[in-house]
Amino acid sequence: MITLEFVNVIMGVMLAGVAVVSARDVSSPKRYNNAAFWGLFAITFLAGSYLPNFVNGLLVLAMVLVMAIGKLGGAPPESTTRAERERSAARWGNTLFIPALTIPAVTLLGTFTLKYLHIGNVPLVDPKQITVVSLGAGTIAALLVGMIMLRPPASAPIVEARRLMDAVGWAAVLPQMLAALGAMFALAGVGPIVATILQRWIPLNTPFAVVATYAIGMALFTSVMGNAFAAFPVMTAAIGLPLVVHRFGGDVAVMASVGMLSGYCGTLVTPMAANFNIVPAALLELPDQNAVIKAQIPTAIALLVANVAIMYLFVFR
Amino acid sequence: MLPLIGILIIVAGFALRLNPLLVVAAAALATGLAAGHALVDVISAFGKAFVDSRSVSIVWLALPVIGLLERSGLKERARIVISGIKVATTGRLLLAYLALRQLTSALGLTSLGGHAQMVRPLVAPMAEAAAENQLGELDDETRFRIRAFAASADNVGVFFGEDIFVAIGSILLIRGFLDQNGIHVEATRLAWWAIPTAACAFVIHGTRLLLLDRSLRSAANGTAGPGTEQP
Repeated sequence: MITLEFVNVIMGVMLAGVAVVSARDVSSPKRYNNAAFWGLFAITFLAGSYLPNFVNGLLVLAMVLVMAIGKLGGAPPESTTRAERERSAARWGNTLFIPALTIPAVTLLGTFTLKYLHIGNVPLVDPKQITVVSLGAGTIAALLVGMIMLRPPASAPIVEARRLMDAVGWAAVLPQMLAALGAMFALAGVGPIVATILQRWIPLNTPFAVVATYAIGMALFTSVMGNAFAAFPVMTAAIGLPLVVHRFGGDVAVMASVGMLSGYCGTLVTPMAANFNIVPAALLELPDQNAVIKAQIPTAIALLVANVAIMYLFVFR
Repeated sequence: MLPLIGILIIVAGFALRLNPLLVVAAAALATGLAAGHALVDVISAFGKAFVDSRSVSIVWLALPVIGLLERSGLKERARIVISGIKVATTGRLLLAYLALRQLTSALGLTSLGGHAQMVRPLVAPMAEAAAENQLGELDDETRFRIRAFAASADNVGVFFGEDIFVAIGSILLIRGFLDQNGIHVEATRLAWWAIPTAACAFVIHGTRLLLLDRSLRSAANGTAGPGTEQP
């Protein structure tokens, strides 16, 4: 059976390659720092499932120390000139889009078909990991198509991966680090503590106050946690179910659905939602790491107001 | 109360503009220690949580092929395609992407977009090229602004489209939570009530994308760059 481990190994091999290319780049003064950072990240993918948890924890802390004390070097310059790329763009025409579109095409195909494939009685792919395995398969298929079509030097994919990974830098690790933080919050019981504080300190005597507090609370707590999934159980257990639904007779489906979407308004404005906000700023090489958030703030505020109105209008019908 | 120190560290760390990776690691360790666990246990729990979350980073597997295509002129090709479409403006292009992203997400096809796979190699270069068509050469500030809006169109589209699909993670999470509390809700009803917000999101963000065109035009007129003309 193909499990997540299969994708982890490929990811580990890519990161190890990035580390090697970094280490060999004599033009970068920080080359060993970058090599150590990506190398440690590679180990967590290649061996993370077999190492003791304590060792994994130390590897992560070592990555943070390398980055914080040693600092990472930036991306190397592009490997082809603009004129070369324009010539290549003219030569290949729109066929250049084929490998790029192979990623979503194969990912979708895999998501829909892999669950039906069995070898004997064993599913070919771990049913819980179909989406991730499909994405992994999509990227590999796209790389094969690209290599066969363009026939670049064999080292090109890993050299280019290194250029992009160094452009993204530490932000590449942040989403995973935040997911780990969420698990630590859960371990320490942060959610129930916040719920107790909310119920004790906020006056909730009218249906509108209850609806507004629930929706705005979802947005605020989501922006602290970086994730509406972490905020939803806490806020709904504290306000949504006991007050909106049980005390004032609101409709459960409207409360839960619009409540979750109110949380997404918080996701739009927080650096804690790194994979949506900080990572694209790094990927698009924006000097201001909060530029994407700033573009989203007016939409988030207007939409949160709209959510309060939608919930108030429909939840008590 | 003490475990809330993690939240305090996060807020203070971001306010002081410290490196987010450092802030998050510190908050994770402080939260575990404040909850009364020993240091070794806290580091172990953190290491386990980090390794268990590896699937979050799988998206980076797209970088070798994206980089390879960029090396061969993918962004330049995306620009050529857009410059052939005379009615394309930055706002209209991003509005079309927003609509596409919302509709496909509502059908459960959330993997059709994404910042590494679509925005960096295709959407952002096309949005920049559309502005170049209309306004001539762009300064860096304008480019960065257009790119930030390209990323925002992807986010708003997927966030406020996916909940209309009945088998998406958030709907499963809502139903799981409500089941634990003894309440059964049909997934289709949850999905149905995501539609009003989705419509509002499209109107609000779509309007802002179209206004972006106007703001780009007046900024270009202000600096009297090449290719400026009266609207």
